[in-house]
Amino acid sequence: MTINQLSIFVENKAGALGEITHILAQENIDIRAMSIADTKDFGILRLIVSDEEKAKKALQQNDCIVSITEVVGVAISDEPGSLSRVMELLYTNGINVEYMYAFITISKQYAYVVVRVEDNNKAMKILETNGVKLVDKEDIKNL
Amino acid sequence: MKYWQQEIECASREQITEWQNERLVNTVKRVYENVPYYRQRMDEAGVKPEDIKSIDDLSKLPFTCKQDLRDTYPYGLFACDMEDVVRVHASSGTTGKQIVAGYTAKDLDIWDDICARQLAAVGADKNWKIHVSYGYGLFTGGFGFHGGATKMGAMAIPVSSGNTARQITILQDFGSDVLCCTPSYAMYIAETMEKMGIDTAKLPLKAGIFGAEPWTQEMRLQLEEKLNIKAYDVYGLTEIMGPGVAYECSEQTGMHVNEDHFIIEALDPDTGKPVPDGEPGEIVFTCITKEAFPLIRYRTRDIAVLSHKQCSCGRTFVKMSKPMGRTDDMLIIRGVNVFPSQIETVLLNMGYAPNYQILVDRVNNLDTIQVQVEMTDKLFSDTVTEISKAEHAIEEGLKSLLGVAADVKLVAPNTIARSEGKAKRVIDNRKK
Ligand SMILES: [Zn+2]
Repeated sequence: MTINQLSIFVENKAGALGEITHILAQENIDIRAMSIADTKDFGILRLIVSDEEKAKKALQQNDCIVSITEVVGVAISDEPGSLSRVMELLYTNGINVEYMYAFITISKQYAYVVVRVEDNNKAMKILETNGVKLVDKEDIKNL
Repeated sequence: MKYWQQEIECASREQITEWQNERLVNTVKRVYENVPYYRQRMDEAGVKPEDIKSIDDLSKLPFTCKQDLRDTYPYGLFACDMEDVVRVHASSGTTGKQIVAGYTAKDLDIWDDICARQLAAVGADKNWKIHVSYGYGLFTGGFGFHGGATKMGAMAIPVSSGNTARQITILQDFGSDVLCCTPSYAMYIAETMEKMGIDTAKLPLKAGIFGAEPWTQEMRLQLEEKLNIKAYDVYGLTEIMGPGVAYECSEQTGMHVNEDHFIIEALDPDTGKPVPDGEPGEIVFTCITKEAFPLIRYRTRDIAVLSHKQCSCGRTFVKMSKPMGRTDDMLIIRGVNVFPSQIETVLLNMGYAPNYQILVDRVNNLDTIQVQVEMTDKLFSDTVTEISKAEHAIEEGLKSLLGVAADVKLVAPNTIARSEGKAKRVIDNRKK
C-alpha cells in the first residue's frame, strides 16, 4: 500500500513557507515527514501529514497549489547498511528514485523513509519479496 | 451562396487598382473642397489635390489620427451637406471624447453590401436566419449586420446584446443559422448552454461571426467545438465604417479587406514607411467611396500583417491578419517588436490562465524580458524536473513566436493583480 504525500507549490519569496505551515497549524495538522526541493525560481514542499485531505482543502482555500502524490514508505531497520540495501535493490531492478526523504518521527526499531519512484507497484513488490518492511497508512496514524 | 458581389470580390488586381486610383483622386478632391480641416492639413504638408493622381501618391497625404477626430468633434470632418446625413454612429469613448461617424444613404447602402459579403462568405443566403447579438445603438455592430442581412434578403433576428437565457431560447426556437456577436459573449453563451445540458449538435446553427475584440486561434477552436459551428473573424471600426471593413472567408486565414471601398496600408509605426507582406505593421485606412465621413490615411493603431497571396476562396482582395496588438502596447525588446497579446496566445495555447505579467529591464545594455506566469493545478507536479520542463516549454514557445528569448518565472496563483489596465500587464523598468 502506498502512502499519500502532499505536494505544495512554493513561490520563491520571503514568507511563502511560513504561510503554509501557519495554515496547517491552524487546522491542527501534524507534519510527519517533510522535504523541500527548490530551484532559483520556485520550490516544491512535500509533506506527509496526519490528515492530507483536510490539509489540502485548507491550503486550497488559501490559494495554494496542492496535489496529493502516492509514494512508497519504507521502514528501515535502525542499523548501518540497511538504507543502502534498499537503494541497491531498487537500482538493480531498474527503478529510478526521483527523490527520497526521511520522517521526522521515528518508531521504536525503524526509521521511515519516503521514496518517490515512477512505478510504485513494481517497487513495492520488489521490496516486499526481498523482505523489506513497507510503511502503510496505519503505521503513520500510529506514529 | 459563396459571394455576394462576385465580379467585385474576385476582380483582377488591375481592376482593383483602377477603381482605387479613380476613387482616391475624387475623394481627395472632395475633402479638400468640403472639409476645412483637411484643406489646412494638406496645405501645411504642401500637397494639392492635383498632386494625387493614383494610389502611388497616397504617401504624400498627411495622416489622420484619433486626436484629429476629437479636435473636430462632432461633425468637423463630415464631407457632405448635413442634410444628406441620414445616420450617425459613435464609438464609446473609453479614453476621452467619443468619435462620431456620419453616413449618407449611399454610405449605408455600401455598408450593407460589405456586411452581406461577410455573410455570404460564411455560407449565408436569403434562406438563412441571422442572429445579431451585437448591441444595437450608437455602436455599429448591431446595425451593420442587420443591414447586411436585410440587403441579402435573409431574416435578421435583432436580439441585440445581453439576456443570455433569451439568446439561447431564440437560438433553439427561432433556428438561427449564424450567430453574430463578440467572441467573449459567444463563449459565455456556449458555456451557459453547456451548463444547461443543451446539445449544440442539435441546433441548426452553422456559423459564427465574431469580432469587435481581440481573440485567439485557441478560442476559435473552442468556440467551433462547443457550438458545433465554423467561427469566422470580422474586422471593422466605427471611424472607417463599422463591422465588415475586412471579412474572413472559408480559408479562415485572415480577412479580405474590401479594397473597392478602403485602401489599406501596413506601415512601420515609427517611420511611417510601408512594411512588406508578412511583416507586422500599423494598419492605416483611406476611405474612397464614403460621402459623409471619408477618413484619409487613418492610423488605426492596430498592428497586423498583410498578405497578397492568392486565396483558395477565389477572392482577390488583400488579406489582413487578426490584429496582433496595438501600437500603444508594442514593446521593443532588443530591436524586436513584441506584443503582450502574443505572450497571451502562447500561454493560452499551453493551458495556462491568461494571467501574466511582463517585466522588462535592461541589464548591461541588454534588454531582458521576464514573463511571470501563475501556476495552475493542472500543470503542477511534485517533481522539479516536470515543472522545469513545463517552464522550459513556455520559454521555447515564447522564443519561437516572439523571436526573442524570455525568462519565465512561475508564481503562486492570484499573485498577479487582475486588472484590465496594460500598466499592470507590462512593467517596463528601462524607462529611467
Ligand atoms: Zn479567401
